[in-house]
Amino acid sequence: MNRLRVLTPGLQTTVQDLGRFGWAHFGVSASGAADALALRAGNLLVGNAENAAALEMTLAGGAFEFEHAAVIALTGSDFGAGLPLWSAVEVGAGAIVRCGPTRSGARCYLAVRGGLAVPKTMGSASVHVTTGVGGRPLRSGDVLPIGDAALRKPRSEQIAPPQDAPGGVLRVTPAPQAEWFADELYSEAYRVAEESNRMGLRLRGAAIPSPAGHMLTEGVPLGAIQVPPDGQPIILFVEHQTTGGYPKPANVISADFWRLGQLRPRDQIRFELVTFDRAIDLLRDQEKWLYQLV
Amino acid sequence: MILRPASDRSLLVSFGDGISLEAHREVVRLTRRLEGVRGILNLHPAFASVLIDFDPRLRNRHEIEAEVRQSMDGAADGVAMERRTIEIPARFGGDFGPDLEDVARHTGFAPSEVIERFCAAEFEVYFVGFATCFPYLGGLPPELATPRLAAPRKQVPAGSIAIAGTQAGLYPVASPGGWRLIGRTPLRLFDPHGEPPPLLRMGDRVVFVPEERS
Repeated sequence: MNRLRVLTPGLQTTVQDLGRFGWAHFGVSASGAADALALRAGNLLVGNAENAAALEMTLAGGAFEFEHAAVIALTGSDFGAGLPLWSAVEVGAGAIVRCGPTRSGARCYLAVRGGLAVPKTMGSASVHVTTGVGGRPLRSGDVLPIGDAALRKPRSEQIAPPQDAPGGVLRVTPAPQAEWFADELYSEAYRVAEESNRMGLRLRGAAIPSPAGHMLTEGVPLGAIQVPPDGQPIILFVEHQTTGGYPKPANVISADFWRLGQLRPRDQIRFELVTFDRAIDLLRDQEKWLYQLV
Repeated sequence: MILRPASDRSLLVSFGDGISLEAHREVVRLTRRLEGVRGILNLHPAFASVLIDFDPRLRNRHEIEAEVRQSMDGAADGVAMERRTIEIPARFGGDFGPDLEDVARHTGFAPSEVIERFCAAEFEVYFVGFATCFPYLGGLPPELATPRLAAPRKQVPAGSIAIAGTQAGLYPVASPGGWRLIGRTPLRLFDPHGEPPPLLRMGDRVVFVPEERS
């Protein structure tokens, strides 16, 4: 069996697949890749099932040594590995893939043909960093087995990455407390704060006045925009809490989730309201783009 | 019952806007009936609502709405409820429950009487949620209701037994928190290797048993 050895882990590198579903009623959110589109594309490029376990690197990547020859794909942001991105690449026995600080967005994925054969917890290999469910971020010296679960031949040609929307615009649909808010959320730009993580993206900008209504704690979905009393919005991300009591004016659309995973601290964003039908159309277009890889 | 979209891949079903046993029973019923339905990825029960996450590539919002209405049609029977009773050994007051004195002062009972009334009550886990498998308990004797702290503590020890208004709860892991701490249990409430990780689950009956101090 082939293995991948962690020489240096980078800032925060974890094993991720598409997440752990069916446990929210036990208080455990799905976790999974922060940019699921890049993870799925990487897996499809090397001939894996789209939800195979791969490495997620954050802001600065690590160095990884392959015991035997392997086929890999680097997707997401450019972490300066000196290899073509969005492409299946062969590496030889003893090869070292060395990533550095990001040159574009927040996350880079390293998918390996056959998938990372790590044990699953509650049906998923995803690490939930905050709770420790599924494991912990990688350390130097960790060795990960590489599986043989490939389904198809690797893709031979490089693909064009998904297109980012200009000006950092995130599309949203109305959330359950939308009518409690005026349209402050849409009039100002926000900056992503340093203390953002896989639980939530904290935004800084013009404070949104706290609405008067009293709300009971309720379930919260991925991409929900919460407004706590200080008026600075928080976008709930892949390791989000399962319930919350802050009012929510809007929710990021599914087709823009991958862009949340690529936002870095200090990036500027704006929100744009779209209809539910438009959100589903945009998701459908994105799925078409992805399935050209199969 | 009110249905409304929470996002392009989730539906919020609400049973009123108050905490009651009736709303809780509806929440349990809907949650149990929707488990395993095709295209439903996650269910988030709360006091009086259930959030349903679905895969928008497999099901559309209108289909999920139809599933909900069908699930709630007819009588409340037909769902076998497995109900466990969990005894929670606890120590009260002092370092274990630094707010016991405040609760006593607020409610007008002696600390020993607060403990007695708390341990005579039968609680029910209304739901498990928030950040890490936090069980929200209904059934606090109304005379023990005490508001939250004005400023939350930076660190609440794991196992802390707490009151916030008419709710009770237990902190499964050490975390910041603003609930009034009256005691602590040595039981492990959260195990990341457990499947599922939380000891307490929605619908469980919970009683507290004071431990003798050694």
